[in-house]
Amino acid sequence: MNRREALFSLGSMAAAGGLASRAGAVELRGVPKPTEMSADHLPTPARTGGGFRVLTEETDQKTVKAVFDRLIPADDFGPSASEAGCLEFLDDQLSGDYGAGKALYLQTPLRPEIEEEIMGSPQFLATPRERYETGLKALEAYAQENDQAAFHALSPDRIDEILTGLEAGEISLGDDVDGQAFFELMLQNAREGYLADPLYGGNRDMAGWKMIGFPGARYDYRPYVDRRNEDLGLTPVSLIPND
Amino acid sequence: MANERPKADVVIVGLGWAGSVMAEELTRAGLNVVAIERGAWRDTSTDFPPAVDPDELRWHTRRELLQPMSVETTTFRNKTGQQAAPVRNWNAFQFGWNVGGAGTHWAGMSWRFLPWDFEVATQTAERYGQERLDGLMGEGLQLQDWGVTYEEMAPYYDRFERIAGTSGKAGNLNGEKIKGGNVFEGPREREYPTPQLKDTNWMSMYRDTTEGMGYNPFTIPAGNISQAYVNPLGVTMGPCTYCGFCDFHGCGNFSKSSPQACILPALMRRPNFTVLTETEVLHAVKHEDGKTVKGVKFITREGEEGFQPADVVCITAYQMDNVRLMLLSGIGQQYDPSTERGTIGRNYSYQTCSSVTGFFSGAKMNPFIGGGALGVQIDDFNGDNFDHSDLDFIGGAGIMGYSTNGRPIANMNAIRPGNKRWGSQWKEAYARDYQEVANIFCQGTSMPTRDAYLSLDPTYKDRHGQPLLRLTFDWNRNDKSMIDYTTQKAIEIMREAGGEDIMVDNQTEASWNPYKQHSSHTIGGLVMGSNPATSALNPYLQSWDCHNVFSVGASAFPNNGGYNPTLTVGALAVRAARAIHETYINNPGPLVEA
Repeated sequence: MNRREALFSLGSMAAAGGLASRAGAVELRGVPKPTEMSADHLPTPARTGGGFRVLTEETDQKTVKAVFDRLIPADDFGPSASEAGCLEFLDDQLSGDYGAGKALYLQTPLRPEIEEEIMGSPQFLATPRERYETGLKALEAYAQENDQAAFHALSPDRIDEILTGLEAGEISLGDDVDGQAFFELMLQNAREGYLADPLYGGNRDMAGWKMIGFPGARYDYRPYVDRRNEDLGLTPVSLIPND
Repeated sequence: MANERPKADVVIVGLGWAGSVMAEELTRAGLNVVAIERGAWRDTSTDFPPAVDPDELRWHTRRELLQPMSVETTTFRNKTGQQAAPVRNWNAFQFGWNVGGAGTHWAGMSWRFLPWDFEVATQTAERYGQERLDGLMGEGLQLQDWGVTYEEMAPYYDRFERIAGTSGKAGNLNGEKIKGGNVFEGPREREYPTPQLKDTNWMSMYRDTTEGMGYNPFTIPAGNISQAYVNPLGVTMGPCTYCGFCDFHGCGNFSKSSPQACILPALMRRPNFTVLTETEVLHAVKHEDGKTVKGVKFITREGEEGFQPADVVCITAYQMDNVRLMLLSGIGQQYDPSTERGTIGRNYSYQTCSSVTGFFSGAKMNPFIGGGALGVQIDDFNGDNFDHSDLDFIGGAGIMGYSTNGRPIANMNAIRPGNKRWGSQWKEAYARDYQEVANIFCQGTSMPTRDAYLSLDPTYKDRHGQPLLRLTFDWNRNDKSMIDYTTQKAIEIMREAGGEDIMVDNQTEASWNPYKQHSSHTIGGLVMGSNPATSALNPYLQSWDCHNVFSVGASAFPNNGGYNPTLTVGALAVRAARAIHETYINNPGPLVEA
């Protein structure tokens, strides 16, 4: 049940108590009586397992894994992005409102030169999901053309070289993809997956939080605020019980 | 008209802080009030309890409590003549999107403006000479007084602080300066409702450092309250737990001042109050004589249009929307920078900011212990608290050492300079620097100019087909000089505190754009004042052009102080509401002669 349906049923349940509908508006008089959680504000765990929903092509999965595991490799500071669940995180994010660009203003006209100059960064009408679809294909095409190999089969050093070139805006992925902006999108999402609550499919075993010493979804530091310059040694907690 | 609702005494457009404060005053005075809010009902226990609130990805990164740009955005350009572009993605501005408005997700910094901020024109001329003021005006600044003084505002500030439960320590009680409080603040009649918050590690370092340098540090007054409190409306608040999930989040503790925590529990119980949620006001509708309005036209979530008649219309939406609604309603005249005629859209200003970041080897800052308004500030270089005789600017900045949050995604670039943002080098740097980084923020004044203004965009429209608001703005010379000066002070403090590898982000070093800013504070466009040629509203926030239209928001500020705007918005709301029920209702007409 989404927010609107929740409010409608709230209205019908409590109509006698002062909630009524007029002209289609949600008319509230008095404090709404039900105190259960609003349905659309309950946490929604990532749907992991059972296969990818957006990154359905094997080559795309391998390409994004190759990128993510260079952006966040396995080392002394923790597991790699893919080991921490960042691919599942990304697929889940891209399959929902974020991937669909639901919050973005996507009305035309798009005037790329004007918008980029004024805003200081390229602007898009494409959604994040669409940008991954075109971007991953462009990365694979780049590897095939320049290295005669699949992107995921390249050496770690070669992938680092390509990523560095993208980050600096020195490598073109063709006319349809802004390589530098696509690098930023992947970097943002990889790190989000590594540092967001495990609820969303990444940050498995709270590895990202353990890396930096973030205690997670705690809600009360009153016992600690007066303890200065001290390693508090707090074990992180997640919104997932007992995770 | 189809779907015409029963007439109300007052209709409130937007139920954020300003709308809630006004609705509370007006219903308590016995008036029948209908509020119209385009967001949904949101409340503490049902929408952001502690089991839901500490979720950075959802609330901070994806901003799920904020109004999406797909609902409404603005367009932007640096100067007249340029083609404006729409702001398509999340940016500096943080419109509310629920009952409670931006008052639900704000950080909580609860400042009174300085006496000087209300009278920049008069006090600049008095202290530095009329010639100095004329010179500033000559280079394009539009300096003007608010038509109300700090002294007149003080009782309304006090009222709003009592409603909000603000925590803090007085620095000026009836003229007596008190060390430990802000000795530069205007006189207060009594102490804050709740005591100041506790220091974190970084705050105590910042306090000791600035005190040692001869400055006057104090704890920032906060809408994150320090102990249990019952406000004058009989609503109980709880103590802040320093959870670090404050701005962009709701508060599950009933400890962040918000309409939900402080006003709605009382307001919703009043039989003469009704709120229409998920309903958007399109514009106010004028009577045929054009001198007053008869109500507002709205559209429901199903796209059905309706009309709410009312004797008084209070436009209390976000700053940008207040201006836009006046333009869409045809009330007043659009400001034109070439003729300097018209008042709607005039005196737009922003907030001039910089940040200074330093690293402390081996430190354990424990940044996750935080609050939206948790910090220590010095006001020695704010407003006109220091001598500007030999400086080429007016105004200044509050300089704060803060502990707002340790959210891992938000801080992932806060690593020592020279490190890559990815790979093992990033992991090593972030694993170390997360605990060792500290920030100083300069929040500065902003003065309006002739060339900065708001107007309707000729090209881009919202989802209902109404034009978006267009912002024309760039940094001005005065504010750039001001922030250059105060940033140097902040760098000196960071060095003195022992910070290494110092990084400076002075936002005025490039042309303004909404994606790179650290402040959401957007000011003016529908300003109050005593002269109808240069202000849209009189000192009671009443439209000069339609006397039954009142508008409260940061849109009413003719210039921006070096502070967050909310407390001043709340105080203006109390003042406007009292003018309505004490005077206007009994004798409708202009409260001030033009």
